[in-house]
Amino acid sequence: MKKKVWSGNVARRGLAAVCALAMTATMLTGCGKKKEDASEGSSAQGTAAQTSSQDSDEVFTVGIPQDLDSLDPHIAQSAGTREVLFNIFEGLVKPDEKGNMNPAIASSYKISEDATEYTFTIRENVLFHNGATVTADDVVASLQRYKDTGASIFETVDAIEKVDDSTVKVTLSKPNTEFLSYCTVAIMPKDTTDAETNPIGTGPYKFVSRTALENLVVEKFDEYWDVDNAAHIKNVVFKVEANPDNIVADLEGGSIDMYARITSDQADQLSDSFEIYEGEMNLVQALYVNNAVEPFDNELVRQALCYAIDPQEIMDFVSGGAGVEIGSAMFPSFDKYFDESLNDTYNQDVDKAKELLAQAGYPDGFTFTIKVPSNYTPHIDTAEVIVEQLEAIGVTAQIKKIEWNTWLEDVYNNKDYEATIVGFDASTLNASSLLYRYTSDAHNNMFNYSNADYDKAFATAQATVDEAEQIKYYKECEKILSQTAAAVYIQDLPSFVALNSKYTGYTFYPLYVQDIAKIKLAE
Amino acid sequence: MKLSMIKKFKDKKINSFLLWGLILTGIMLLIVVIGIFWTPYDPTKMSASEKLQGISLRHILGTDNKGRDIFSRVMYGSRITLGIACGTMVIGAGLGTILGAITGYFGGFLDEVFMRIVDAMLAFPSILLALVIVSLFDSGNIVVMVALGIAFIPSFARIVRSEVLRCRTMDYVENARIQGASDFRIIFRHIMPNITGVLWSSVLIGFNNAVLAEAGLSYLGIGSQPPYDSLGNMLSSAQQFMVKNPICVLGPGFAIVWMVLGFSFLGEGLRKKA
Repeated sequence: MKKKVWSGNVARRGLAAVCALAMTATMLTGCGKKKEDASEGSSAQGTAAQTSSQDSDEVFTVGIPQDLDSLDPHIAQSAGTREVLFNIFEGLVKPDEKGNMNPAIASSYKISEDATEYTFTIRENVLFHNGATVTADDVVASLQRYKDTGASIFETVDAIEKVDDSTVKVTLSKPNTEFLSYCTVAIMPKDTTDAETNPIGTGPYKFVSRTALENLVVEKFDEYWDVDNAAHIKNVVFKVEANPDNIVADLEGGSIDMYARITSDQADQLSDSFEIYEGEMNLVQALYVNNAVEPFDNELVRQALCYAIDPQEIMDFVSGGAGVEIGSAMFPSFDKYFDESLNDTYNQDVDKAKELLAQAGYPDGFTFTIKVPSNYTPHIDTAEVIVEQLEAIGVTAQIKKIEWNTWLEDVYNNKDYEATIVGFDASTLNASSLLYRYTSDAHNNMFNYSNADYDKAFATAQATVDEAEQIKYYKECEKILSQTAAAVYIQDLPSFVALNSKYTGYTFYPLYVQDIAKIKLAE
Repeated sequence: MKLSMIKKFKDKKINSFLLWGLILTGIMLLIVVIGIFWTPYDPTKMSASEKLQGISLRHILGTDNKGRDIFSRVMYGSRITLGIACGTMVIGAGLGTILGAITGYFGGFLDEVFMRIVDAMLAFPSILLALVIVSLFDSGNIVVMVALGIAFIPSFARIVRSEVLRCRTMDYVENARIQGASDFRIIFRHIMPNITGVLWSSVLIGFNNAVLAEAGLSYLGIGSQPPYDSLGNMLSSAQQFMVKNPICVLGPGFAIVWMVLGFSFLGEGLRKKA
């Protein structure tokens, strides 16, 4: 009878069941990848069809972490979009990899003594992607269009005038020595109406097509004005990699050739067929708290969080120790503005943190939610370490992963959050691009931070013409942010860029951009 | 003594499927229950010095990329996965049974309407339906539970309806009706007990589907939130370390297989017994 229980038939069927289930489990692991492959297949087909009339150059595919929020450079908000649009659009001036502002569409510029009048001479024979020549009218129209979007940095612009056919003058209502760094505003044809679907710029690459949530296809612009810096690779696809877990598999599998900002763990796993470039992301990564909601409206609570968190430990977990600690809203590659001493405003001290919490009326801690964009592994990893560190002072943090567009909508625009972890980049090469957002009435002050001293210091800095003096006020601003714990500043994340060894020439910028024009086939 | 035990087994018609199902599920439940009170390590405790370790006496299933003990995390993750699967079944099987019983028993217009709705729902793969619900609301364990539960209603409604249809015209039902029993008494006191065999095995099969669906949803990044990961979520985040430390994937993967296998055997055993 016992034999019957163990009969071969049953054992065989059992085995079959085990195999079937093991296969199911394997399929589960494989399903994400399979989906990628399928979509890759279709996108590759798409590009092949589009370029079949051209010479059969290879397609260089760049993985990007999220879909573009807009193709209109005057409207696009997220850094991830701007880094892509950098290849399509150019402004009067263009930053280079050393952080200099080089004349681009303007061949030269003149700044008046009191820094209120900027005069640009328009370069001759710069062509738009549609073949038209850039004129002073286009420049005036583009700057005006940008001003009309309500851009805060153009609030002080009084007048944008065409002086003659090749000269444009911008007058400011108050002196601003930094205004030149804002003149990277994209120049588009004056009759642009549909930048969202047909963006036309002057950059080294021109727009071909875009599939929402899938990719953006661009092609080398053969009549690019700056022959020395023209693109090397003909066809480039920016492919949205919504699931960060697939990056390594996709790189190895060949469906993407480059991915900027991979984690150190991912870099470790890539084979020799990839070159890893190491730099910094130029981001201010922090645990940003909503200064208007309880309990974060209490400065003591914010300071307690600062004391509870150890940036070095976070870096150890998230990036194997790489990364640079920051103590305020400024990253180290902005050398002249960065104040290293602020890193020590708070050093991890659990007892001190508990004491501050008790003083603030939360002796037993509290619970809050950290909303983290689900497509950024470093931020999610950081959040997990922070949850651990906060547990030590009795504060319970819950992580909530949300999709990037939801993050933009809920957290950034509607300020509906308690805490979040992201990194802020500098959209232009100056200190105010990082510091303006903390002023009380800034439209992008998503922290609800409000401090009269800060507003005053910032306004003074903006009005100061002398650079050394100005830097002093900006540093004052950073100090106030640090001391009032506007956010829990963590680090400038290390940036590892994986580039297929077939290609070479990746260049880091002090801005959040990917300059694909610099990439060429390896010899 | 031994012989009598085997005899007893035979009397109770415990077949080998049921036996193995009980053993596998029992061990799994035991581990989950122990996990509530004790795990070898704190499942969220990170350790920078012990990242991505292989199998050792210290960590029997190794550690993940943050130096957390995978065995402890599997104990914890199984609990979440099991909890979600249970919740899904309560919602899916519960509502599905009620819907199926009522429509099957009363028939007519109500039946037409509900069954067409069910047909429409069946037209979507259940995972897709759940994805839509999750994206409409929010992520999180409860939402996943409700979403999967709703997605599972149609299949249960179908099964119960057909069984109730079969029983409706049987003599004992007629008998009860003649005796003046109310409709609801007939459905729940007379018909239901006679279809439990079928119901139970489909609940167990549904349970498996729920475990796999949850793992699938978590794998897509919806569902449980870090650091309190379900098995599917662990699998998903371990995927990128698959080459470096395969045990990262094998631990949670094996746990899912174990769980599903146990329930499959149980379901099969119950079906044979019935």
